[in-house]
Amino acid sequence: MNRVLRAFWLVVMLSVPLWLQDQYLLHVLITTGIFIIAAMSLNLLLGYTGQLSLGHVAFFGIGAYASALTTLGFDVELFPGFRAVHQPLPAIIGFFVAMLVAGMSGYVIGRLSFKVRGAYFVIVTISFAEVTRLVALNWVELTQGPLALTNIPPYTLGISGIGFYTLWSKTAYYYFVLAVGLVAYVVISRLVGSRIGRAMIALKENETLASSVGIDVTHYLVLAAVLSAALAGGAGSLYAHYLKIIDPDIFLFIYTVTMVIMVITGGKGTLAGPIVGGLIFGFLPVIVRPIAAPAVQWILYGALMVMIVFVLPRGIVPALDRCLARWTQSRDKVLSMAGSGKPNLSKQP
Amino acid sequence: MDQLLQHLVNAVILGGTYALLGIGLTLIFGIMRVVNFTHGELYAFGAYTVYFLAAALGLNFFLALAAAVIAGALLGALLEIALLRPLRSTDIDVVMLVMIGAWIVMQNTELLIWGGVAKAIVTPFPDAPLVIGPVSVSWLRVFVLLVAFLLIVATYLLIHRTKLGKAMRATFQDSDTAALMGINIRGIYTATFALGSALAAAAGALLGPVFLVTPTMGDLASLKAFAIVILGGLGNITGATIGGFILAFVEEIGAGYISSGYRDAMGFLIIIVVLLFKPTGLFERAERVG
Repeated sequence: MNRVLRAFWLVVMLSVPLWLQDQYLLHVLITTGIFIIAAMSLNLLLGYTGQLSLGHVAFFGIGAYASALTTLGFDVELFPGFRAVHQPLPAIIGFFVAMLVAGMSGYVIGRLSFKVRGAYFVIVTISFAEVTRLVALNWVELTQGPLALTNIPPYTLGISGIGFYTLWSKTAYYYFVLAVGLVAYVVISRLVGSRIGRAMIALKENETLASSVGIDVTHYLVLAAVLSAALAGGAGSLYAHYLKIIDPDIFLFIYTVTMVIMVITGGKGTLAGPIVGGLIFGFLPVIVRPIAAPAVQWILYGALMVMIVFVLPRGIVPALDRCLARWTQSRDKVLSMAGSGKPNLSKQP
Repeated sequence: MDQLLQHLVNAVILGGTYALLGIGLTLIFGIMRVVNFTHGELYAFGAYTVYFLAAALGLNFFLALAAAVIAGALLGALLEIALLRPLRSTDIDVVMLVMIGAWIVMQNTELLIWGGVAKAIVTPFPDAPLVIGPVSVSWLRVFVLLVAFLLIVATYLLIHRTKLGKAMRATFQDSDTAALMGINIRGIYTATFALGSALAAAAGALLGPVFLVTPTMGDLASLKAFAIVILGGLGNITGATIGGFILAFVEEIGAGYISSGYRDAMGFLIIIVVLLFKPTGLFERAERVG
């Protein structure tokens, strides 16, 4: 049953560009996909280790800038008399550099931030994100500041000697994002089912108990932060090369909030949660846009967020799971009653 | 030297309003254990109320100021009763998410009503600044410092000299025991949130005429209030007062001598440095995990 369902969704996702002719909707689907990947990475921290990081956009933005700068090249003076010069490299290398650089920042920020918990952790992560935003805004020599990095080329895939393919079209880009998303999904689902994932969940449930049975809490938290940051960095790279322009606004707090809303609405700590939440908040603007101003849309988002926390505090996916479980249970009960009823009937002459 | 003196004077004036913001937030966190993301929006609400009453309706500026503080308290009480009271026993993260949602709703309501264009509030103070030796200060800023100072003293007196203040301090120390002693905890929570909100609205109402009023003005105010509170230690009112002045000094000196582009980064750097090296805040009092 589960396998059939999974195959069905895979076919649906693979066939989208065949039946979806509207280029605008395809565009929304691509950006939604990128944000779903970012939300999946946040879910690793928020859902599985229980740490509410509100600076996640820092890794997304760092990835976007790292990828764009790798591809465009730069020439900056680090110290007086010492210049760092970098020649442009292919965009696909930028993608991996983005994951690497974001992962390393995840290590540093994680090491520092996990010294505190709860409200302090939340505030310190926001601070890190704001500092990176201000650096991107003010280090004009490297990032062009508010003038933005422009003309970021799309990815080119291929092997030398066989042939190359550049992702110019939306359809091609859709498949690339889908592929990255599927890999991320598989990696995360394997991870949370492994020893590492169980350790993370254990320290979410009860940190003191987890450390008393020998789980190195900081080690696993930092590990989660590194993996989560690297994935967010990859999503940032996808975003940069898709839009072909990035500016320091990519670090705005509101993007973190968007990712958090997606995870919470869908259901934190579930594999499908970020996808469900991401699709809802990715396509909500498409539905609401013709009838409401942007400010009204955001009011709706905020109100929805409050309502979700009040009505479905665990998110949509766990609620659906429970409904489904209840339904199958009652169906089984009916079937078994019917089943046990039959022989009785047949016994009657 | 003259320049340094001018920076110091500016810092003191800014510090007064920062202290107001910080005291409001630290009260709410200390007593209610709520990370209040709407704090900056109440700051913006105070500024918009003054703009609406004074500039749009033509009410007296000083009356508009008083009205803004009262309106801030009412809005705070409303928020507390509607959103926080039902979530009293839930996880701190859940409450944070609700407050973020409320923050988004409030900010965009402002944007919807007032538009994105910055508004200026005209005050009855003379344009010519007060000049003392090498330093010049506008009369408005002198007034702002004065009112901020009065409000800080009033808050101290409220907390330390009144029955309500005693009940608040008791709730801060141990809410269960306070409830056993017959203190109306729900009322105390609402009063605390209203007081904190009123102080934020007052800070906004005072700084609104000094700077410009925009729908996003609350974002940085929230984050700066966090910085002040962390500097002073959560729940520590004296710490928040001193923290407000420290942040203003660091920002002013940083903007004057390092780079004005990194002015707003100073608060965040303070947060990061303090949490890394002295996570209990500069004026240690309560424990800080959780």
